[in-house]
Amino acid sequence: MKKNCLAKTFGILHGLLVPIVLLALWQWLSSQAIVNPMILPAPTRVLAKWWEYLMPAQAYDPATSGYLAWMFSGEMIHDAYASMYRVTVGFVVGAILALPLGLIMGANDRVYKLFNPLIQILRPIPPIAFIPLSILWFGLGNPPAIFLIVIGAFFPILMNTIAGVRNVDGIYIRAARSLGASQTTMFLRVILPAATPYILTGMRIGVGTAFIVVIVAEMIAVNNGLGYRILEAREFFWSDKIIAGMFTIGLLGLAIDTGMNRLNNHLLKWHRGIENK
Amino acid sequence: MTVQPHIRIEKVSKVFRTGGSEVAALDDINLDIKAGEFICLLGPSGCGKSTLLNTVAGFSLPTSGVVRVHGETVRVPGPDRGMVFQEYALFPWMTVEKNIAFGLEIQKQGRAQIAGKVDALLEMLKLQDFRGRYPKDLSGGMRQRVAIARVLALDSPIMLMDEPFGALDSLTRRNLQDELLRIWMEYRKTIIFVTHSIEESIYLADRIIVMTYRPGRIKQDVSVTMPHPRDPSSAEFNDLKKELGMLVMEEQSRHNQEEIKAPVAD
Ligand SMILES: Nc1ncnc2c1ncn2[C@@H]1O[C@H](COP(=O)(O)OP(=O)(O)OP(=O)(O)O)[C@@H](O)[C@H]1O
Ligand SMILES: [Mg+2]
Repeated sequence: MKKNCLAKTFGILHGLLVPIVLLALWQWLSSQAIVNPMILPAPTRVLAKWWEYLMPAQAYDPATSGYLAWMFSGEMIHDAYASMYRVTVGFVVGAILALPLGLIMGANDRVYKLFNPLIQILRPIPPIAFIPLSILWFGLGNPPAIFLIVIGAFFPILMNTIAGVRNVDGIYIRAARSLGASQTTMFLRVILPAATPYILTGMRIGVGTAFIVVIVAEMIAVNNGLGYRILEAREFFWSDKIIAGMFTIGLLGLAIDTGMNRLNNHLLKWHRGIENK
Repeated sequence: MTVQPHIRIEKVSKVFRTGGSEVAALDDINLDIKAGEFICLLGPSGCGKSTLLNTVAGFSLPTSGVVRVHGETVRVPGPDRGMVFQEYALFPWMTVEKNIAFGLEIQKQGRAQIAGKVDALLEMLKLQDFRGRYPKDLSGGMRQRVAIARVLALDSPIMLMDEPFGALDSLTRRNLQDELLRIWMEYRKTIIFVTHSIEESIYLADRIIVMTYRPGRIKQDVSVTMPHPRDPSSAEFNDLKKELGMLVMEEQSRHNQEEIKAPVAD
């Protein structure tokens, strides 16, 4: 019991070793005035800036707002919310389009042959390359940003869904047929669940792409969000704020990935290779 | 009233064409199987045992000839011919319970009725403690029990089994053989059981169909009359084992020669 606890503490310390050493080195470099603080501010300054960016700008005043609303009135919270809103809407729309198409294309060869050439042409175009066109079509603001995210999420989900359906092991189909399954039952209770590992992988890649795209889109098409904020900070040479913003982007990305992982483990309890505690 | 099944395999041939070459997997197979018979198909790898079983199951149609089950030509698979695969083929996303219930749910039976049948089968195959588990958490023997239960749930008069115990260790194997015999005697199912183990076929079958290698024909139709449970150490058992051993050896050596001439993937 005690030993276990000790090992755990040691494990955590072990993992923190490299970051701590790097931070110390960084702090030392800054304090020695070897590098210009405008180029690389000290980690303590970045942390202070991050805190400032996180916390509400005004002092709490019960007359103007509730406590919770005040707590969440910081600039970072607003930016993170704006970015997450775009990712969510774009991802959901992309998934709603990609899933049914992928399922039909995977299951039906004629539909596959109908759509596949077009998809093969569009798929290699990086979503970023759609920026000029999206601004031309949708102007500035949320619509072009969300359009880009839809494209970013669409293709990974589509390709993986198709692969998932096409790779369903024939033995399950044969077993279900001999048990008397109808087409509908076959699709809903055999093909769909058998394809879920692929579909979830596609969604995970899709969210990842959506998150990359949102940051880029915000640097170009809108005037809030985490991507916009770090570009804005550059214009004022606020290197501490740039790094604080990047740190926030990293944390959010980690949170999204952890969430997807949890979902994955929950939905794939049955899957070989996933250990449940 | 349950209709008594009667399987008639008439002049069945099957030719596989792959990239210019032809393989005569089955050639003019004629076989009548009475209701309630336990048939073993025996022969070396590649002699067409699975191909023959699959034509009865309806997974693949013969190139010529017909398979009739109680007078009706077999065209598609169906729940009247339950299939147990060597690879178990359990649905990994369903629990043990759900796997067994799946066929009944397809038939839209009532919830209470399904629950009752599933409970009875879990008990019969000693699976009660595993009802909520997923197949990945079961041993090979347990998985095959579930596969058998899944087929029994449908109450099919015919069970088709393709080397169902081939991947199991010998103890588990004997265990399941005994269990299968018990089920067979209790429910009087018609069973076609593919194996390449001579001993397994003698232990189980009423009739052993020894097949030839390329083209797949019936070499010999051997009746086994020893009462169950059969004793593998008895003289009668061992005499039959020797006799069958010779028959299979002949085909095995032809198989080996063919393999040297042109390697094939079985
Ligand atoms: N789909 C197929 N396409 C081409 N050839 C096939 C196909 N299925 C089987 N064959 C060939 O037909 C022959 C009989 O195969 P089958 O699977 O029925 O043999 P088997 O007796 O079941 O062998 P095993 O004991 O290895 O399972 C083999 O030579 C095999 O190569
Ligand atoms: Mg076989």
